[in-house]
Amino acid sequence: MAYLRTHTLPRHLLLAVLAALLLLLLTYLLPPYRNYQLATAGAYVCATAGLTVLVGLTGQLSLGHGALMATGAYAYALVSDKLVDGGTTGIPLLVVSLVAAILATMVVGFVLGLAGARLHGPYLAGLTLTLVIVVPAITTTFAGTLGGDQGLSVTVDPPPVGLGAAFPFERWQAWITLTAAILTVFVLANVVHGRPGRQMRAIRDDEVAARLSGIDVARTKVGAFVLSAATAGLGGGLLAVLTQSVAPGAFSLTFSLFLLMAVVIGGLGSLAGAVWGAILIVVLPDLADSLAEAMPVSSNLAERLDGNLAIGVFGLIVIGVMLAVPGGIQGLLVALVRRLRGRRPAASGPADVGPAGPAAPGPGVDADRPDASGPSGPEPAADPARPRTPSSGSPSTTTE
Amino acid sequence: MNAVMQRTDGVPPRLRVEGVTVRFGGLMALEDVSFDVPAGQVVGVIGPNGAGKTTLFNVVCGFVRPATGTLELDGERLRPVPHRLAAQGVARTLQGLGLFDGQTVLENVVTGATNRARAGYGSALLALPRADRDERELRDRARELLTEFRLNDVADASPATLPYAVRKRAALARALMAEPRLLLLDEPAGGLGQDDIDDLVRVIGSMPTRTGADCSVMLVEHHVDLVMQVCDALVVLDFGRVIARGTPDEIRKDERVAEAYLGADVEVES
Repeated sequence: MAYLRTHTLPRHLLLAVLAALLLLLLTYLLPPYRNYQLATAGAYVCATAGLTVLVGLTGQLSLGHGALMATGAYAYALVSDKLVDGGTTGIPLLVVSLVAAILATMVVGFVLGLAGARLHGPYLAGLTLTLVIVVPAITTTFAGTLGGDQGLSVTVDPPPVGLGAAFPFERWQAWITLTAAILTVFVLANVVHGRPGRQMRAIRDDEVAARLSGIDVARTKVGAFVLSAATAGLGGGLLAVLTQSVAPGAFSLTFSLFLLMAVVIGGLGSLAGAVWGAILIVVLPDLADSLAEAMPVSSNLAERLDGNLAIGVFGLIVIGVMLAVPGGIQGLLVALVRRLRGRRPAASGPADVGPAGPAAPGPGVDADRPDASGPSGPEPAADPARPRTPSSGSPSTTTE
Repeated sequence: MNAVMQRTDGVPPRLRVEGVTVRFGGLMALEDVSFDVPAGQVVGVIGPNGAGKTTLFNVVCGFVRPATGTLELDGERLRPVPHRLAAQGVARTLQGLGLFDGQTVLENVVTGATNRARAGYGSALLALPRADRDERELRDRARELLTEFRLNDVADASPATLPYAVRKRAALARALMAEPRLLLLDEPAGGLGQDDIDDLVRVIGSMPTRTGADCSVMLVEHHVDLVMQVCDALVVLDFGRVIARGTPDEIRKDERVAEAYLGADVEVES
């Protein structure tokens, strides 16, 4: 265990493999529709994980992540179209198009990041907001290439023949997005736990002190934006794979707000929280719809509630979370685990727990701890596989 | 008589401030300020509020660009850019401490050594063993500093939860983590009790010998006893101008200083 604590790569690889195995099993247990939902959550995880790093760690607020996902989705559609014309099929088609989606979005993220490094708080939020509003305009302006309101259709090849003729398409989609999600969370977990993550948090807390500590603030901020854009682009590309189409309506302002709210509810700055948030984005609209059906309201009102109730519910949850558990779902879980551990101090390592205690209170602190997150995939079961003191941010607390 | 502040030819001083003038609109914040900080010495900058002490620090750190004047670090022209200073061997503590509340005390101190990290961003993205090793070495070094500054018990706490004096020690440890050759201290004794001030005197006194880099210290401080105790030389600012420089004893006897700043606190032998 001590080895895993001090060696990031084996620890994160192990967690990634565990998550992959669990999810693989899950894709065989779930019916096709649930697999499709799982796949959708996987695509969202890419975007929310990148967003939580940007907003939670560097403190740069982006309301435009939906637009970045749109960039990725359109890039995917355009490039895969060209590739299909050229005769590329199967996994190469998928991988090359996804890489193109990532690269294209990174370019947009770089430009946004350059501007963002000079702007703070609401001004940056405003800038990213314009991006969301501009997307539909761009798609109609270049309707010839981007298909206007109708969007573009995307060719997705069936699962490889080697998997058998009866292999469900939804399971194949789930495999694609979950692989991408695990890779994304793996890389982001390395960032969060390593020096870049520490520098990002330093910038968020005090820019002047961060600069005096030798951190190039502008570069780190732009880097965070590019990284976050890359994952959003990947998520967008994956959505294109899932829906086999790209249309501006899918990347509305509401969607961008959903992403941000999901990240906040999950636990800002925590990758595990981003996973919770992604699951919420998938599950909540369904729940809201069932709620609308169950409510004894007129059919007229029910029609108007349909689709709109979700954002209302989401908003209420955000307010509730901010008031009750500022650390979000993940913060709540970490606090629960800590309390359970605290009840039987003899069972865990008392030497480590001791000094960690006083650090416990303080809103948001839990979510900021890199330990609060990990490449766990949508299955929370991977997390308890790593017993450790939640608030001790240092691998070297173990006596070596 | 004033060997400390005199410009000895041959060995360049650690820091040379030459003819620095800063204007904020119509206000002359610093006017033709010149002095040297010799290697391995402690130089205090004193003066009444608004005399330009912090502006002077901000010029040295690159936060304020002077209208005229130059800086030299060990004989080389210094054009300070804040985030490059640590790599050039200049560290600074802030009046407001500027600790990162989202990090543990240990992480705060490690962050002070950003200039010493060798592994690049690429290896961090992939969590290569190189990045781990780098972090481990820095953490080990940070732990030594935590021990020295009696911060071991709070290594994993957020600075926000700690008493002011403890946070102040953490800020100092973070600055030392960069292994500077010039350390700028902005009111290091402010808000401290006598015990902590005694500690501070010991740390400042040990600076020239602690890293082998012959570290110099420049400090802004209101606590006259501390200044007189630790400084090899003093620069007195008033309304942006240098009105006196010399050893603490000389400054104590300077009438203009007494008028401008020290007032009745210090006996003036005239």
